[in-house]
Amino acid sequence: MLDQFDSRIDPTFAPVDRQRLIARLQEALPERGLITKTEGMRVYETDGLAAYRGMPSVVALPETTAQVSAVLRICAEMSTPVVARGAGTGLSGGALPFPGCVLLSMTRFNRILAIDAQARMARVQPGVRNLAISEAVAQFGLFYAPDPSSQIACSIGGNVAENAGGVHCLKYGLTVHNIQRLELVTVDGEVLEIGGDALDTPGYDLLALITGSEGLLGVITEVTVRLLPNPVHTQVLLAAFPDVRQAGDAVARIIAAGIIPAGLEMMDRLAVNAAENHVHAGYPVDVAAILLCEIDGAAGDVEDGLSRVGAICLEAGASEVRQARDEAERRRFWAGRKGAFPAMGRMAPDYYCIDGTIPRRRLAEVLTEITRLSGVYGLPVANVFHAGDGNLHPLILYDAAASGEVENAEALGGAILELCVAMGGTITGEHGVGREKINQMCVQFSTAEIETFEALKASFDPAGLLNPGKAIPTLARCAEYGAMHVHNGQLPFADLERL
Amino acid sequence: MRAYIRGPLAETAAGAIAADVLKACVHCGFCNATCPTFQITGDELDGPRGRIYLIKQALEGEPVSRLTQHHLDRCLSCRACETTCPSGVEYHRLLDVGRAEIATRVARPWHERLARRTIRFLTGHRQLLRALLILGRKIPAAQPKRAAKPIAAALSRKMSLLTGCVQSAAAPHFNASTTRVFAAAGIGLTETPAARCCGAVAFHLDAADEARAHVRRNIDAWIAELDAGSEAIVVNASGCATFIRDYPDVLADDPEYASKAHRVARAVRDPVEVLRESPPIAASAPANPRIAVHDPCTLRNGPGLEGAVARLLSGLGYEPQPISDTHLCCGSAGSYSLLQPTLSHRLRADKLEVLTANAPAAIYTANIGCWMHLGETSSTPVRHWIEAVDAVLGAIQETQTRETP
Ligand SMILES: Cc1cc2nc3c(=O)[nH]c(=O)nc-3n(C[C@H](O)[C@H](O)[C@H](O)COP(=O)(O)OP(=O)(O)OC[C@H]3O[C@@H](n4cnc5c(N)ncnc54)[C@H](O)[C@@H]3O)c2cc1C
Ligand code: SF4
Ligand code: SF4
Repeated sequence: MLDQFDSRIDPTFAPVDRQRLIARLQEALPERGLITKTEGMRVYETDGLAAYRGMPSVVALPETTAQVSAVLRICAEMSTPVVARGAGTGLSGGALPFPGCVLLSMTRFNRILAIDAQARMARVQPGVRNLAISEAVAQFGLFYAPDPSSQIACSIGGNVAENAGGVHCLKYGLTVHNIQRLELVTVDGEVLEIGGDALDTPGYDLLALITGSEGLLGVITEVTVRLLPNPVHTQVLLAAFPDVRQAGDAVARIIAAGIIPAGLEMMDRLAVNAAENHVHAGYPVDVAAILLCEIDGAAGDVEDGLSRVGAICLEAGASEVRQARDEAERRRFWAGRKGAFPAMGRMAPDYYCIDGTIPRRRLAEVLTEITRLSGVYGLPVANVFHAGDGNLHPLILYDAAASGEVENAEALGGAILELCVAMGGTITGEHGVGREKINQMCVQFSTAEIETFEALKASFDPAGLLNPGKAIPTLARCAEYGAMHVHNGQLPFADLERL
Repeated sequence: MRAYIRGPLAETAAGAIAADVLKACVHCGFCNATCPTFQITGDELDGPRGRIYLIKQALEGEPVSRLTQHHLDRCLSCRACETTCPSGVEYHRLLDVGRAEIATRVARPWHERLARRTIRFLTGHRQLLRALLILGRKIPAAQPKRAAKPIAAALSRKMSLLTGCVQSAAAPHFNASTTRVFAAAGIGLTETPAARCCGAVAFHLDAADEARAHVRRNIDAWIAELDAGSEAIVVNASGCATFIRDYPDVLADDPEYASKAHRVARAVRDPVEVLRESPPIAASAPANPRIAVHDPCTLRNGPGLEGAVARLLSGLGYEPQPISDTHLCCGSAGSYSLLQPTLSHRLRADKLEVLTANAPAAIYTANIGCWMHLGETSSTPVRHWIEAVDAVLGAIQETQTRETP
């Protein structure tokens, strides 16, 4: 399995004198700031992708930027790899410990430092939960727009590192469009300010480079986010479909009609049932799929938009179209969608969430192919996703305890991602590459492109100590993976037309 | 997430409960967001997902030490995590199994054993406990006195009322008020001498067998009452009610008691559940209507009765003030306030701040533990909500209400 790092095709480091490392870190960290016992470190061996596990050498829990710098300096001097961890909700194994690394947990950076309602900005520490920002600024009629489904728990630092998206990103953009300034500590302990309080800064747009860098370029110790005023009016429409293809078709038509919903999400039957058990939102449970479409803005525009969306859904074959009766129901509709992944725990002991994107007009086709693949591999697949973005989240249901199922789930996941690429899409929409999609990077990018990524990484972190073995594959890995998967110079699904 | 439970536990009902709970957890981490202890320490070992993992590794046979025990001890059993979990993980059931298992594998230092034994001993000795609580200024020496009110209504229905161990020593007036309020509703309440303490204190202090003895005795007494026509077991301490609802798990390995435990658990009612069915009618307006209602975790997170007390009191003319962060525990959590003073005091200070933000005349709660814990340092009087109902029913004078020491 991919959580096993392979010295032939992954980065390697010389062994470190652990006692010395511990002694030095102890000096740099406060009391209760270092965990060294295996019993206490196990909890940190995995993130939201629980099938992947790895043990760090120690877990560090710094509280200040100065402590982060000191830890990084020690690691740089002792050539010890470092993996940053936010809330550990990542789904691609980004925070999976590299064996023997220092795991740097940022959870204690949990303070909101300043709110400037007038300038619509908030300066927060990276461990602050995404939702806590919107809660804190609600009193000023403001909110922080990117809302990953995990927003109740995931950290803003993790959001920046993954360039997280969410339900409302269709209209308001991803994390990268909603942040202003970062404080970043480099591998040798230097503290950089990236971006600034003005909307644009001179020079290269390093802010965009760091956003989505998955802990490979530095450790984020402060984030200034942009805030938006709450829309005057918001309403959500629920449409039920007897066939998933009709739902996919409705999405394509809504977008083609030039409507920009605040959110456009789809859930299929399995997902709807699991979510309904959790929130009792009143979802229709005997349908093949539902769409949730939210429109916000001036009251007249919302009404107009919703009636157009409703008509399109009915035309596409919806069996039912209705609006949330009140604000409480609107919230329940979204709570069900946001809790839909973990609600799968009610259906199977484990799920594996895939994160490919595809051109929206091919939704129906891809969903049909996923159903076929699910049959071939013999594992059920539930679909919950950001339909408006064409960002799929097939959830493969399996049981890690059943022999061969982990490998089978991994293989099915790989096949689905390759299908996405073949359809003209990408292997990740928002969950990042992490460890999980490292091989598919070889499918998505050419050797020259990967060399460029490596050069960029080396300019920040020449020794490759930050989050090694993640996000960017070594060329040796691609050569090996390519030999396995590309037969006679042909990619999988070579029969499919490429964009 | 599947766990491979090893050792003798695997063969038991407790082992099956643990395996089931672990299977439902998908390790998403949502629960950490609402966990009071994780919010304070910022260490995943003090969050529910971390604790689930600690228990999992212990049950899977990995070595355990004081480290695991320490982080499980710091859990408040408040169950905020359960209300957040989309996958329906019944964390508290796993915690109970985990704690009991670890108690058999990890020895506590002598001072912890002594503290635990002392607390268990005291809860069984009412007079002594009362004297100590007064001496320690945990409760006031004088109890609120009320003019005895003649009970006019015919008592056509009957229910049983839990006496409570700590409560009968510290606040016997809770049951007096409850009896009056229920009488006004035509319900006669009787206390059963054989079922005085619910057994939670012993159970949560490493004395599961002692607790089981209590539990069996209570079940026998209540089954007799239910057979004799008692409709329900009314428990006005929400912490005790929660534990009684867990009797089926506590006796999971006892086939003789299994179905009786279920019957008793199903018969438990918080007074608010009974009263809201036909809400009492106020005879007079409240003297000081502006109040704060503190829903104990055991009222909101277990039985899902959040807001029920505030709604009932609103109907009687009270004006409960809005409160933020209602999901955060006040830090009482049974004997937690005695065993984990640092976290407990911090949570109490935070809770009192939000409860008094709108300057209420009094704070009303629904559990003896929260009442004692908050009352110890609150400058606003803390009372049981049943007293607020009692105060506006009939022509009783509020001669002396409990004020904080
Ligand atoms: C149920 C569920 C639903 C989800 N839904 C969405 C969704 O709708 N949209 C979406 O985009 N994601 C979603 N995710 C994925 C995940 O929540 C996001 O990727 C999130 O941004 C991760 O944040 P985190 O704090 O948990 O980071 P972690 O998982 O701890 O870490 C993620 C990565 O960020 C790096 N990192 C973390 N903190 C720092 C820091 N301070 N400095 C540098 N690097 C750092 C880590 O090294 C790692 O590579 C979901 C996850 C779950 C479990
Ligand atoms: S929220 Fe539920 S499923 Fe998720 S980690 Fe917590 S207990 Fe497990
Ligand atoms: S019961 Fe309360 S303290 Fe314990 S893990 Fe759950 S939320 Fe945290």
